[in-house]
Amino acid sequence: MKAKLLSAAFGAALSVTAVNASAATLDDVKSKGFIQCGVSQGLPGFSQPDSSGNWSGLDVDVCRAVAAAVFGDAGKVKYTPLSAKERFTALSSGEIDILSRNTTWTATRDTQLGLNFAGVNYYDGQGFMVRKELGVSSALELSGASVCTQTGTTTEINATDYFTVNKMEYELVAFEKNDEVVAAYDSGRCEVLTSDASQLYSLRLKLTDPNVHVVLPEIISKEPLGPVVRQGDDQWFNIVRWSFSAMVNAEELGVTSENVDEMKKSENPGIKRLLGVEGNFGEGLGIPNEWAYNIVKHVGNYGESFDKHVGPETSLGIARGVNALWSKGGVMYAPPIR
Amino acid sequence: MTVDTDGVNAVDQMEKGPQKTAFFNNPKIRSSVIQVLLIGILIYGVWSLISNTAANLSAQSKSFGFGFLDNASGFDVSQSLIEYSRASSFWTVYQVGLLNTLLVAITGIILATLVGFSIGIARLSSNWIVSRAAYWYVEALRNIPLLLWIFIFYFGVLRLLPSKREPLGTSLDGALGYLSIGGWIAPKPVAGDMLWLTGLAVLFGIVASFIVSSWAKKRQMRTGQQFPTLYVILGLIIGLPAALFIVTGLPLSFEYPEIGRFGARGGMPVLPEFIALLTALSIYTSAFIAEIVRAGILAINKGQTEASHALGLRPGPTLNLVIIPQALRVIIPPLTNQFLNLTKNSSLAVAIAYPELVSIFAGTALNQSGREVEIIMITMATYLTLSLLTSTFMNWYNNRMALIER
Repeated sequence: MKAKLLSAAFGAALSVTAVNASAATLDDVKSKGFIQCGVSQGLPGFSQPDSSGNWSGLDVDVCRAVAAAVFGDAGKVKYTPLSAKERFTALSSGEIDILSRNTTWTATRDTQLGLNFAGVNYYDGQGFMVRKELGVSSALELSGASVCTQTGTTTEINATDYFTVNKMEYELVAFEKNDEVVAAYDSGRCEVLTSDASQLYSLRLKLTDPNVHVVLPEIISKEPLGPVVRQGDDQWFNIVRWSFSAMVNAEELGVTSENVDEMKKSENPGIKRLLGVEGNFGEGLGIPNEWAYNIVKHVGNYGESFDKHVGPETSLGIARGVNALWSKGGVMYAPPIR
Repeated sequence: MTVDTDGVNAVDQMEKGPQKTAFFNNPKIRSSVIQVLLIGILIYGVWSLISNTAANLSAQSKSFGFGFLDNASGFDVSQSLIEYSRASSFWTVYQVGLLNTLLVAITGIILATLVGFSIGIARLSSNWIVSRAAYWYVEALRNIPLLLWIFIFYFGVLRLLPSKREPLGTSLDGALGYLSIGGWIAPKPVAGDMLWLTGLAVLFGIVASFIVSSWAKKRQMRTGQQFPTLYVILGLIIGLPAALFIVTGLPLSFEYPEIGRFGARGGMPVLPEFIALLTALSIYTSAFIAEIVRAGILAINKGQTEASHALGLRPGPTLNLVIIPQALRVIIPPLTNQFLNLTKNSSLAVAIAYPELVSIFAGTALNQSGREVEIIMITMATYLTLSLLTSTFMNWYNNRMALIER
């Protein structure tokens, strides 16, 4: 009897967790009236709630853009804060519709986890942060150090690779949440904090005294970060991919949230197609024809979003660098809408 | 006895044969229907579980299988009791995690039992201060969630330690290792050539002690003569190996840690995560064990104490020979629960980066391999096996301790 009860309970537990969202995410989203968006547990500039619980950031804007495209209202998003470890399970179990949580696009994730990356909204690379007082000027001097990082991330693997290749000894201390990583580094448990460079700047703001820490010049990996959806739902995948592409295209065409209404009268065929004046690209995606207009109107173009959340004017102060448009020396490039 | 009308009816009935009961009141039919239904529900549950999982896996174009366990993990862990590198397989990750879980669970169980028994007995002390102190110990510990205790020890208490570059222990030149926020970097024992002889002697001593004590017990039963068992056992387990150790020329040396650029290196590091987790787990569980011990002792009739006092036994032997052996019968079953809890609670380590089973196998390895179903199944099966083994052992011990009716 004991064994029976046990297996029945086991069965019930697993069948609940294994309930999968049906293939048509768009229908699900339309019927519930909002998008469930998986975000970080608080990463300034990328996804961070304010004191009244409103989320904002570069990653949050991707979800808002999709909501604007589907509903014409960027506010129809609910957020699920996820640890790096939980994020993929939350997506594949159907708990969330989009994962927009500074997630690196890698071959394993794309091919073996049942996920698809819908684009790259931030080109990042992994770096190291240390205390100035240690007098370290290069990551190659870090032999023998303890390295704090977050578990379930590519940073763990990159750090392992880097230290192995350079034949340096080290101790990897992997925490589940970024807050604990920061607390441990702040208390002196580790000499080094490693993460994507953008995150290092943002985590530094959480330290007791941000000014006594320095980010080392080495960037040891390519970290293309982007929104993720479940594999096998091409329509939803397309909506997410093109919602983000619309933001980049808008920046390229000079369409901003301020001038979008005037731009509707523009003679430029590219702008006409983008804003739904010409052609019906919304139909192919299964969403209103004004989708891109709504995105730019309510969320803004990529450049606006970047400047508002992580750009030089913010406390993070990150330069556009490789994230500038391809036409301005960066690698940010979106396929055209036509 | 008068025959009333009912009685007459009953006799009539008996001649007609037993009255037909409705089929749903027939106990035989009823129980088999219930059993068939239950088995049906069970089969349906298992079937829907399997088919649902299979359907979802194929919808995400994932396969099911354990072949991934041979793949290289690619990441490092901070504490490993066996050989491990980034090239090791996921199966090795599993073993590393399991051993780390066992390490903290077994040391935790031993510590919690020792502390718990002492506090439980102290709680019944006639000394007001001692019993009050034990009372507050129990109440403070068991009424605050375990995760908070883990955080308090890890982020609170350990933070008070000096920094890694100026650790405690420099005045002794590292003879006892160095203690800092990076943990206790202890001197690492290095075995010499002849050390196995000492180890063999310890093993021999333990076996011999068992034989001696059972012989002494039998002799006491037969003749009433006592034998100094304790001294002989001490001689066998400690004296003999120690003598051999000295004769073979002290075949044990220590590798001392040295202070480098980033604090002490070399030696045998004891992680601060391990220290915090072990402390939190064992003192938290010890509070529950203390209450179990107190309840067990109070369950023994006061007459037992009075009788043993009347026989001239002092309070010490009264407790050890009369009260505790009887109390153990009450104590062991709930104690088993606490041992199981401690083992399972060790999975909270994931919050403070102690690399145990849930943290590195059901966490990092799951994330890197994407095999959720397989890994969670293995992890569940592992905890189930650990718990069943613990309770089998405790049941065996309980049977040994049970009152033997004569």
